[in-house]
Amino acid sequence: MSELVFDAVRVRYGGRRGLTAVDGVDLRVPSGKVVGLVGESGSGKSTLARAAVGLSPVSAGRVLLGGVDVRRLPRRRPLQMVFQDPYSSLDPRMSIGESITEAIPRGRRRGAAAEIARLLELVNLDPDRAGQRPGQLSGGQRQRVALARALAGRPEVLIADEITSALDVSVQGAVLNLVRSVQRQLGLSMLFISHNLAVVRYLSDFVAVMYLGRIVEFGPAAQVLADPQHPYTRDLLAAAPSAHRSLFDVRADEPAVLADAEPADPHHPPGGCRYHTRCPIGPLVRTERDLCLRADPAEAAPSRRHAAACHFSEDETPGLVIPGGTGA
Amino acid sequence: MAKRPAGSWAAALRTPVGGFSAALLVLVIALAVLGPILWHDRAFSFDLDALGEGPSARHWAGTDELGRDIFYRVLVATRLSVVLALLATLLGVVSGLVLGTLPSVLPRPVGRLVTAAVNVAVAFPSLLLVLFFSVIFGVGTQGAVLAVGLAVAPSFARLAQTMAASIAGRDFVAAARVCGVGRIRLLLRHILPNIGEPLVVNATIAAGSALLSFSGLSFLGIGVQAPDYDWGRLLNDGLNGIYVNPAAALAPGLAVVLAGLAFNLTGEAVAGVVGVRTRATHPAAAPAPVARAAAAEDHDDAVLVVDNLQVAFPGRGGWTVPVRGVSFTVRPGEAIGVVGESGSGKSLTGLAVSRLIEAPGVVTADRLEFAGKSLLGTPERELRGLLGTSLAMVFQDPMTSFNPTRRIGRQLAEVSEQHQGLSRSKALARAVDRLRAVRIPAARRRARQYPHEFSGGMRQRAMIGMGLMGDPRLIIADEPTTALDVTVQRQLLRLLARTRAERDTAIVLISHDIAVVSQTCERILVMYAGRIVEDLPSAGPAATPQHPYTRALLATTLDLGTDREAPLPVIPGRPPEPDRLPAGCAFAERCPSATERCRTEEPVLAQVAPAHRVACWHPDDVPLPGPAGAIVTAGGAE
Repeated sequence: MSELVFDAVRVRYGGRRGLTAVDGVDLRVPSGKVVGLVGESGSGKSTLARAAVGLSPVSAGRVLLGGVDVRRLPRRRPLQMVFQDPYSSLDPRMSIGESITEAIPRGRRRGAAAEIARLLELVNLDPDRAGQRPGQLSGGQRQRVALARALAGRPEVLIADEITSALDVSVQGAVLNLVRSVQRQLGLSMLFISHNLAVVRYLSDFVAVMYLGRIVEFGPAAQVLADPQHPYTRDLLAAAPSAHRSLFDVRADEPAVLADAEPADPHHPPGGCRYHTRCPIGPLVRTERDLCLRADPAEAAPSRRHAAACHFSEDETPGLVIPGGTGA
Repeated sequence: MAKRPAGSWAAALRTPVGGFSAALLVLVIALAVLGPILWHDRAFSFDLDALGEGPSARHWAGTDELGRDIFYRVLVATRLSVVLALLATLLGVVSGLVLGTLPSVLPRPVGRLVTAAVNVAVAFPSLLLVLFFSVIFGVGTQGAVLAVGLAVAPSFARLAQTMAASIAGRDFVAAARVCGVGRIRLLLRHILPNIGEPLVVNATIAAGSALLSFSGLSFLGIGVQAPDYDWGRLLNDGLNGIYVNPAAALAPGLAVVLAGLAFNLTGEAVAGVVGVRTRATHPAAAPAPVARAAAAEDHDDAVLVVDNLQVAFPGRGGWTVPVRGVSFTVRPGEAIGVVGESGSGKSLTGLAVSRLIEAPGVVTADRLEFAGKSLLGTPERELRGLLGTSLAMVFQDPMTSFNPTRRIGRQLAEVSEQHQGLSRSKALARAVDRLRAVRIPAARRRARQYPHEFSGGMRQRAMIGMGLMGDPRLIIADEPTTALDVTVQRQLLRLLARTRAERDTAIVLISHDIAVVSQTCERILVMYAGRIVEDLPSAGPAATPQHPYTRALLATTLDLGTDREAPLPVIPGRPPEPDRLPAGCAFAERCPSATERCRTEEPVLAQVAPAHRVACWHPDDVPLPGPAGAIVTAGGAE
């Protein structure tokens, strides 16, 4: 099994007034491990995933699979992806068996029927369904088919991009259980992308937090969730629906400038630290911290705990720890 | 798209357009096949007694100057006219498809060149292109086929290109690329089949216009040459003697019109069936009344009273009723959460209350009253002002709720201009003020911006701001935060809470996420298969959910305290389809405590405790594990 490494990956769309969706990301998905990637929409999570499978143009840096640049790999890469929306990721005019067959490398197509049956059973679907069209399946079942198709390519690395966010809560659990058991059974390396921290926490060995095209914190899942270093991670944890607080409660100590702060415009990322326009420990609240306006905290990040991209992460004691959220 | 049953084709045949076009098409095809066989001799026999005569009993449409019967000549000409038109269409469609889909297979720069060429060609009127090409290819049948065919090609190329581009952006194409599927196969296997239907429809219609163009060319004398003849040629011949025998020109003219109609109307009818254009169907019977559920509690001051609400849509085999007897009341300042999975009827309930269900959907209720006014009986005009100022609606996708071409400020101001009679400038000032109230920074500048310049969270706030232009007594928010991130979700929920606290506005929050709802609302309505199955407070002694579905829903909701080592609890099975509901309780099939009674008799929403209603034969009142057993603490596995 091999590891997936993003080496200073940059993805830029458009020309002079374009958008840098991913800006110098270094991320390592160790062999056989699950790395959860969280962040808000527009932070570049999906673009990063699509860059790995060749759907987004990598304008700088490299994506390495087992040490080899993915652009040098043959067209059928041992790197597969499951998409967010199971209603659009399967061709409505192909039977699910045909969809899966397409992903089986040509050399192994002879025993395709047996292989399809094996894959469908692996994802807990009745092999007799191979002749059905996606229209006859529910959302959860379609997502299983999408997973089976990804596995048909015998991948070493699997990328899962928000695979449960289009599913109902009652179905989500079954898909997550399945993904976990398949990942463990096959020893896959996996990049698991979700905006939902609870989902990421359940599946991941490591957690990476992305903000405006950059990774701002990375570490073992339990540590990052129990002892978040970057203020953005702390904010995400605090905003996650939890059994123990009312979401309506406005924290008395929270200044109004923060309560309604807007996410920055990715077309014009702020200078210095990209989070300073929303940061509760930054110059908005503590005016003496003008360092954040000038200096990019990314440079010294590798030396900090969890590689936090924050000038002051080590000065701060975590203001908010999630009760019971220690990640078992 | 699933396969359409033969039934919808039969239904299309029964519509006036479908039946007429099918009959016409059959007639045209029959004439094309049989005409020359049956009447060839008659069309060629010279009646030397009647040269260039008008209509008579022997020659219905008269004769030409050689004494040939024009009526039979028109019938015999059907084959040549139709075959040539179809040939030209085929040529046009094939070359159009090739031109249209090449850009997705060729290397990018070459593809762009093809696209640009097609765009230039589309800019010319097709008749001009026909004439241009017929000059190039020369006079005669062959030249005319090429000219008409190539003139059809650009518009087809454009259509194919646009549709191929939209399909190419879909996830299944991306997924196939990730699987290593090559470009050619991608085109043949994934893109073409998915754009086939609209292309076929358009090809049928194009055949009609090809027929017209072709007749035009022959009429001008640059199409079919004597001794061959098609309708255009006959028209040309007939025109010479139009003052002597008008029928000689009218007969082929009529034939062109009828055949053109046959193709165009067939295209139209096919479009109706394959869903390019949807047509409302009108089933005969009204929806069957559903057994009454529990009545809504009565409150004199209620903002909203919903009693036995039903929403029905005509389906293939009768009415489908996705909302079946929903009853609840909302008091001023109350926050109510409506939870359910997709298809539970929660959004339709919200839409029905705000009168946004459109025909063919039918809304019925014993009572549906907003601010004391019946929403079903009161005339539309009276209601518009009331709903415009007192009811605010926030949808999941704020991008589609604003008009993308107008400035945000103006769109808000419009509400006050329409319903409160404010002047333009006063309304705009109020809009800026309301944007400030929903905490949009730099409100004055933002009011001049367009919706796309706002972030998702800000658009939702502007949407709430729009609701605040009046004096809303109720805000219905349908999945307002589903497309947003947790941090923005929190901001938005707080904004709703603040609005509620400041103005005593009631809130109905519709969501699939029971955690969000239980943290923001005092009362929760749990919906399943079109019914409220449980109505309970989110805190306090009655907050222990008793319906097995609510309990299961809570158990399956992940949070930051979920045990990482254990498998997640799941609810087996899936919700029933609204048109195939079981006889008894709709949840019985997935319910661990279901008995025989549950499968035969549908439980009614009944009071089990003060402010707690459950529709279950076997409610489970054992508190869920967790502090105080209340609903908000049920994060862990059961």
